[in-house]
Amino acid sequence: MIREVAIVGAGWSGFRSITPDLSYKELMYEAAVQAYEEAGIDPRRDVDSFVTVAEDYNEGTSIFDEYVPDQLGALHRPVHTISGEGIHGLAAAVMQILTGRFDIVVVEGHSKASNILTLPYILAFAFDPVFNRPLAAHPYYVAGMEMMRYLVETGTTHRECACVVAKNRNNALLNPLAGFGAAISVDDVLASEPVAEPLKRLECAGHSDGAIVFVLAESATARALTDAPIWVRGVGWANDTFWLESRSWGLARYARDAAQMAYRTAGIKSPRAEIDFAEVDDTFAYKELQHLEALGLCPPGAAGEWTAAGGTELSGEFPVNPSGGALGEGHLLDATGLARALEVVLQLRGEAGQRQIADPEVGLAFGWRGVPTTGGAAVILTN
Amino acid sequence: MSRNRVAIVGAGMTKFVRRAQETAKELAWEAAHLALESCEMTLDDVDAVVIGTAPDAFDGVHMKSEYLSDGCGAWGKPVMRGYVGGGTGVFAPIQGWYHVASGLFDTVLVICEEKMSSCQPHPQAAFLTIFDHTTERPLKPNLLWIFALEMNAYMNRYGLDKRDIATVSVKNKRNAADHPAALLGDPNITVEDVLNSEVLAWPVQRLDVSPVTDGAVAVVMCAEHVARRATNKPVWIEGVGWSLDTAYWTNRDLSYPVYVEEAARMAYEMAGITEPRKQIHIAEPYDPFDYKELHHLEGLLLFDRGKAPEAAAAGVTQRDGDLPVCPSGGLLGVGNPIAAAGLMKVAEIFWQLRQEAGARQVPGRPKRGLAQAWGDLMQVGTVVVMGV
Repeated sequence: MIREVAIVGAGWSGFRSITPDLSYKELMYEAAVQAYEEAGIDPRRDVDSFVTVAEDYNEGTSIFDEYVPDQLGALHRPVHTISGEGIHGLAAAVMQILTGRFDIVVVEGHSKASNILTLPYILAFAFDPVFNRPLAAHPYYVAGMEMMRYLVETGTTHRECACVVAKNRNNALLNPLAGFGAAISVDDVLASEPVAEPLKRLECAGHSDGAIVFVLAESATARALTDAPIWVRGVGWANDTFWLESRSWGLARYARDAAQMAYRTAGIKSPRAEIDFAEVDDTFAYKELQHLEALGLCPPGAAGEWTAAGGTELSGEFPVNPSGGALGEGHLLDATGLARALEVVLQLRGEAGQRQIADPEVGLAFGWRGVPTTGGAAVILTN
Repeated sequence: MSRNRVAIVGAGMTKFVRRAQETAKELAWEAAHLALESCEMTLDDVDAVVIGTAPDAFDGVHMKSEYLSDGCGAWGKPVMRGYVGGGTGVFAPIQGWYHVASGLFDTVLVICEEKMSSCQPHPQAAFLTIFDHTTERPLKPNLLWIFALEMNAYMNRYGLDKRDIATVSVKNKRNAADHPAALLGDPNITVEDVLNSEVLAWPVQRLDVSPVTDGAVAVVMCAEHVARRATNKPVWIEGVGWSLDTAYWTNRDLSYPVYVEEAARMAYEMAGITEPRKQIHIAEPYDPFDYKELHHLEGLLLFDRGKAPEAAAAGVTQRDGDLPVCPSGGLLGVGNPIAAAGLMKVAEIFWQLRQEAGARQVPGRPKRGLAQAWGDLMQVGTVVVMGV
């Protein structure tokens, strides 16, 4: 990167499966105040630009950035929405700082999933209105079909996928932010009812409410604000095709391309050797395995075996989703990738409590936009 | 200036029409194709894609940029959608600017697409969902009502004559008669026509308002070393600015768009502009309603507060006036496919500064122009200053 960018403040509210006591504005306010306090900044005076991540249909409001500035302290300031994954928003903030025109940029993402009474029906509106939506199937059928293809192409077993769930939900027991921690076994997962064969109920992340705010700053400002900046070494994002009929089903091409860009910008040649741990999208259990392979963190088809052997556990050689991931924390809609990045920040600062990994130096966070999309974004952070 | 200079090197647009037969993806593809062809590039030259499109509610498609992505040529590429409601069309090139100015990308394709006709019987129903779900939506507000409030506030504050405001609609619809992609060009329209048109919500009348439209516009933005190879007439992005006011629009003074002034000051500072009235030669402010063009010209500091209407009536903003404003025909004449309309303004400045605007070309070889859009709940201003 031409100009160095660091995360100098992080704040969050949640995560909980319902938050009847807090509006989305209050969730955002809580997270923002924490992030600003940590960075020691006044948003009205010090922040040059704000990026908020939101999709209208998840909010039930069109043009959601209308309702963002007041609770972020962003009135009369540059504010814009990224309708994308949380890490897309992070990348937008990084780009703004790299231009040299902005020293401090704030990124916000949130979820009020509990307000959405008919989430699968909302998600169904993301399908091609002519070719796919008339099929009127539950949107997770796409995940079921993709999982089937992934298992066939790679020889991964269903049992190995279930290991991801057992690992992540057990990790979540050590994470006070996570609402889905559980001491469950691989057999519990395999015994849960099917959602879209072969995908089982316990292999799908539940949903959480919450908000996450990051304060990013260019290097000189970052060093002045904190003794422990978390540096953004690389960012990358990419899409495969939107067409269900012509996309790559076994290989998560979007993750491969996003990672290649992130590694290029970070100057990383051998990711497995140079990265210490990862937080990767696990909206569905098989996705963690598919993403690990596409990200180049293990050979194609090897992620299942690696996981079953314990290599990605908290105590393993390469911890994956020490936070518990989306399976353990709950899926935070557009903010899910920011939750992945938040855990990387906490681990790199040594603030991850009982789930702390020993002396990590480089971590990767990867977010996916969920079915039926092929949009993904990655960020590489270092302390 | 930022460390990397950024130029627009190509632009293209579809016809703006009331009901396009093409799908949203096809509209986006057509605009992208024309923009790339105009600078002799192909998708292989494009490093990243920026998509601008306004509410998903128009199309009834959730995560609309994912749906649009392959029509926008984003297959296998980094693609991102920035979004600030009606201000999106001028924000998308700002986003294109920061993609390139960051040094991460050399060439970015910026596409804005809108298909409002999918929303039946009228997109006004979709606009209901932009209001606060608790305090405002139960009142079933209509955009025309709130703009009537704003227009009233503006007229009362300065004692304005509606006849002066109507000259904006006449100018823009006449200008649009020279635009090959325009929906509502009319060389013979008069002030009387506007003043005698149907009252929708006083003081807003039918011909004060831009139409519901389908269309798409694309521009190609490059880093300096690519731009110099791509064309001998690059148009540089000299300044960008954007600003957002409170969601509680009912608590604000609607007679002056302070958020536009803030966006303009940010862009002027970056462009090194100290005297905008001398240094801006041509302007494309956002004109979904005729009074909005005047309102925005004042917010852009190009006229004193309350003085833009009489200047417009005196012909200052005509194509051959001292400050040509909306020579394209604007939203009132060319049409208003929300996000695409804003980028159409950027494309018009691009063509005007390159002397390629044909019958719409303003005299005097302008060197610097400005495009501005506005959106959300009368809340956001987006400004791009371009120069040759």
